[in-house]
Amino acid sequence: MADQEALTGTSRVKRGMADMLKGGVIMDVVNAEQAKIAEDAGAVAVMALERVPADIRAQGGVARMSDPDMIDEIISAVSVPVMAKARIGHFAEAQILQSLGVDYIDESEVLTPADYSNHIDKQLFTVPFVCGATNLGEALRRLTEGAAMIRSKGEAGTGDVSNAVTHMRRILGDIARLTAMSPDELYVAAKELQASYDLVAEVARTGKLPVVLFTAGGIATPADAAMMMQLGADGVFVGSGIFKSGDPVRRAQAIVQATLHFDNPDVVAKVSRGLGEAMVGINVADIPVAHRLEDRGW
Amino acid sequence: MTASPLIGVLALQGDVTEHELALQAVGARTARVRAAADLSGIAGLVIPGGESTTMSNLAIRMELFEPLRAASLAGMPMYGSCAGMIMLADQVTDARPDQQTIGGLDVIVRRNAFGRQVDSFEIDLDIPTLGESPFRAVFIRAPLVESTGPGVEVLATLQRGTAAGTIVAVRQGVRLATSFHPELTGDTRIHDLFVQIVRRHT
Repeated sequence: MADQEALTGTSRVKRGMADMLKGGVIMDVVNAEQAKIAEDAGAVAVMALERVPADIRAQGGVARMSDPDMIDEIISAVSVPVMAKARIGHFAEAQILQSLGVDYIDESEVLTPADYSNHIDKQLFTVPFVCGATNLGEALRRLTEGAAMIRSKGEAGTGDVSNAVTHMRRILGDIARLTAMSPDELYVAAKELQASYDLVAEVARTGKLPVVLFTAGGIATPADAAMMMQLGADGVFVGSGIFKSGDPVRRAQAIVQATLHFDNPDVVAKVSRGLGEAMVGINVADIPVAHRLEDRGW
Repeated sequence: MTASPLIGVLALQGDVTEHELALQAVGARTARVRAAADLSGIAGLVIPGGESTTMSNLAIRMELFEPLRAASLAGMPMYGSCAGMIMLADQVTDARPDQQTIGGLDVIVRRNAFGRQVDSFEIDLDIPTLGESPFRAVFIRAPLVESTGPGVEVLATLQRGTAAGTIVAVRQGVRLATSFHPELTGDTRIHDLFVQIVRRHT
């Protein structure tokens, strides 16, 4: 007779949920109508938030978790999973999101941090979390806290893909370097990465993160998505890039197709035609350091 | 039958790699299926876990349903886990009205039947056809089988709790489906059963 005790919120159940999203595009949406457009275009999940990053950047002020009514509307509008953002360290926002029944929480640097020292203790939750990272050490610290999925941070709300590239290359480069080390070097590597030795040793042995790694922050075109997938992303988050563009419906479909056919330039070329204006965008280099989101989270 | 069968994995989205590794672990070769042309030369097809809404959407857009149904009608063995079970079911409830399936498995499947992600769970299952030791089964926003037609063999049900009696694994001839994800646990007995079905069929 099998042991029939059902366990929820296990690491396998949380990480496995992210495995089901692989090869897909997760789109930022601010209302039910956008959520439907995203689902119709083939999004694998939607991210509910009050303002897309480009508007948060333009309007300023404190950016917080979305209104529960808005999240409920989005949950009722679509059949794909719904994610929502909580401020870094704001465990009460995360408790609310879990209570609302969101499928994944993004503890996100796009919102104004609530705690400049500590992240949320994600081990305490049944709902899984995704967190941003700019390098391997940051990714592994998030995993120790209980994150079940990682996204490279990039620089949200810019339409400038350069930081997404930098962060993805850095995370994968850090992993490649670990695999080349002899076992006695891994202790110091863990110290330098400021990460748990056990996780560092696991990554050195397997040559990959133990969770799914998506890309985020500045993806605005099908070509951006195809490049990030070729660099090694398991999937793509698109924030402002879709609903700040001239033709969100076509662009959303095109980015989904480019993510699926990332290694087929003929398809990516075809879907890149006739999309209208891309989001205007800001060069990351023109953003004052104090306004850059990549440095939020530690 | 010593040759290693070539088994396709539908690669529109989802945990394709995990299925490939499980199939390779039990001696099969694998190929990714993304277009109708990829169906030629494979002896069986696995439809992975993922989001069934998205998978259906992409298959419609890429005009893949007709060739997939033709392959199924021609008798190609198919195995689906979770979203893959939905793709094989003749009928689906609680789905978008425009969701399509390949069909071929005479069951009614309820999409996302256990609740939201916080209700996802893992549990030990008795699956008598796989032997005595329990099967660790991971259910993620999982579907369940509401009813089965004649000729559908029930391989496993949940045994306790509010969902006791729920059908979570079925077989109909060369078609196999599970609500759960054997590809996530390292237990390859389901994949081994499917490869045996493929070997016997070819």
